[in-house]
Amino acid sequence: MMNELSEDTNTARHKFTLFVSGMSVNSGHAIENLRRICDQYLKDNYDLEIIDINRDKEQAGIHQIVAIPTLIKHEPLPKRTIIGDLSDSEKVLKILTLIE
Amino acid sequence: MQKETIPPTFIFPKAPTGVDGLDEITDGGFPKGRPTLICGGAGCGKTLLSMQFLIKGITDYNEPGVFMSFEEPSDDLTLNVKSLGFDLEKLKADKMLIVDHVRVERSEIEEAGEYDLDGLFIRLGHAIDSIKATRVVLDTIETLFSGLDNQAILRAELRRLFHWLKQKGVTAVITGERGEATLTRQGLEEYVSDCVIVLDHRVIEQVSTRRLRIVKYRGSTHGTNEYPFLIDENGISVLPITSLKLDNEVSSDIVSTGFAGLDEMFNMGGFYRGSNILVSGTAGTAKTTIGSYFATEQCKNNEKTIYFAFEESPQQLVRNMKSIGVDLQKYLDNGTLQIHSSRPSLNGLELHLLTLRKLIKEFEPTTIIIDPISNLISVGSDHEVRSMLVRLIDMLKVNNITALFTSLNKQHTDTLRPDLAEESVSSLVDTWITVRDMEGIGERNRGIFIIKARGMGHSNQVREFIITNNGLELLDVEMGPQGILTGAARQSFKNKKTISDIKLQNEISRKDREIERKRKVLEANIEALKNEFESAEEELSILKATEELQKEMSSKKK
Repeated sequence: MMNELSEDTNTARHKFTLFVSGMSVNSGHAIENLRRICDQYLKDNYDLEIIDINRDKEQAGIHQIVAIPTLIKHEPLPKRTIIGDLSDSEKVLKILTLIE
Repeated sequence: MQKETIPPTFIFPKAPTGVDGLDEITDGGFPKGRPTLICGGAGCGKTLLSMQFLIKGITDYNEPGVFMSFEEPSDDLTLNVKSLGFDLEKLKADKMLIVDHVRVERSEIEEAGEYDLDGLFIRLGHAIDSIKATRVVLDTIETLFSGLDNQAILRAELRRLFHWLKQKGVTAVITGERGEATLTRQGLEEYVSDCVIVLDHRVIEQVSTRRLRIVKYRGSTHGTNEYPFLIDENGISVLPITSLKLDNEVSSDIVSTGFAGLDEMFNMGGFYRGSNILVSGTAGTAKTTIGSYFATEQCKNNEKTIYFAFEESPQQLVRNMKSIGVDLQKYLDNGTLQIHSSRPSLNGLELHLLTLRKLIKEFEPTTIIIDPISNLISVGSDHEVRSMLVRLIDMLKVNNITALFTSLNKQHTDTLRPDLAEESVSSLVDTWITVRDMEGIGERNRGIFIIKARGMGHSNQVREFIITNNGLELLDVEMGPQGILTGAARQSFKNKKTISDIKLQNEISRKDREIERKRKVLEANIEALKNEFESAEEELSILKATEELQKEMSSKKK
């Protein structure tokens, strides 16, 4: 039963937006960390949009971005927002319900 | 040739706040290009003050502004300040204002790893750049602390933010919630150290007063006191407590008191223009009447007058004065007179003072009557009242307004000197008139005298006056053997005098008659003596004739 549920969440297609700021250290880490997680748990089953708010400043306001980096998971619902360089993989996975 | 050098006086660059009175205290406004911290408890007007700073910057000084709200959504803000006459929508449309609501909801955000607040920086920077803003408000940035966990990052980022704001050269206002031991909950004052203003909202004896204090202001002089401020339909206005100098211009013009007899008691025939007059007295001694007299006299001369009545409604005052032949309605109608009535307990002292100030600014009167000032005294403590009166009188002097205050005394029977209640006022006023009851045998008379009149000789007599249907009437001085007489004593003295006059008259005529009689007796005596003399003379001549005859006879015999 539990397995089925986790299978279910794992199979649903994930949609992410990652907000970064230029070439900042944290932004770089976040991109790396996210890629690693996705490749491991959501292989080819995710869409990732990376927005550099330095270039696309309007977006920061539209998405209520305060901290950088910010990861927003749009799908599957519920929408979640994670800030930080995602170095705490375990926490990230928990939040994204990729592990129990 | 020696070149004249003028030492350059450095003027600290400031951004005028446009908040009534605040610019005076801060000597020009907030530090230009630097952050200013405004802190205070909930509902003390932080948001409003900062908003007013922005809006006035736009409307009065053409400085575009960015309002970054961490608490209220943009729409709410617009609505909130609309009631105060600020139209944010229009300013936004004109590209003079950007309102950005930063929403940080703890429940929606998870933290995983290191981050910074670049998002905030970029949003702010973008907003500033897109309208070339020179003023920025961050209201209330501390909300971030409740939304985000990592305090160490937040503190570092805030430090960076204020540094960045300074580099940007924008005049920033940061608001902060008041903490228990510190000025702000998160110790923002550590970061913003150029100018810190504390707002406070206190309720003392059911009367609430808002106050403002400048805790520090680097590189500038500033008032250090607590200044009361007021939020009304025009936003915030702050009241500078005391002007530092006593160097207002003085006038030697004389204005009539409107009370003919009273004019005569002053050597110059009235009050100096711009002076303060205190009319004190116990209940029912015609203080209001004297005030109204002065008001009508001033109105007659086309001097704008405001009458603050703390005891009567305007209608009541007009009616009552009509009964003694004083027509206030006429001047109300032609606009030279305004009557403002309110209960003194309606507001705190400061609010009254601010109301006064506002009215003075709007109406520009040359005369003000406050009836009675002692009612205000009941609102606050001695100290507060005194400081408020100093401020009031300062304000009136600066505007060269002639002011007449009435003051109600407690009943006093044994001394001519009025009671201590107006000790506080007495040293401040220029002219002090006392009206008092003079109780005698079964009656009460009104007496008026001048205690002091700065810069003017004056009568030292206690003059009696009466109120008739035609108004006030000062009676002539009646000097009795024991001093000045009033009322029934005056009457009985008069009667006695008449009686004694008649008596004297009688006596005189009696004496006259006696003399007449004496003269008659004398004349009769003279007549008798004359007759006697005549008869003696006759006898003598008879004798002489006889002797002559005998001589003749004897010579014939020879």
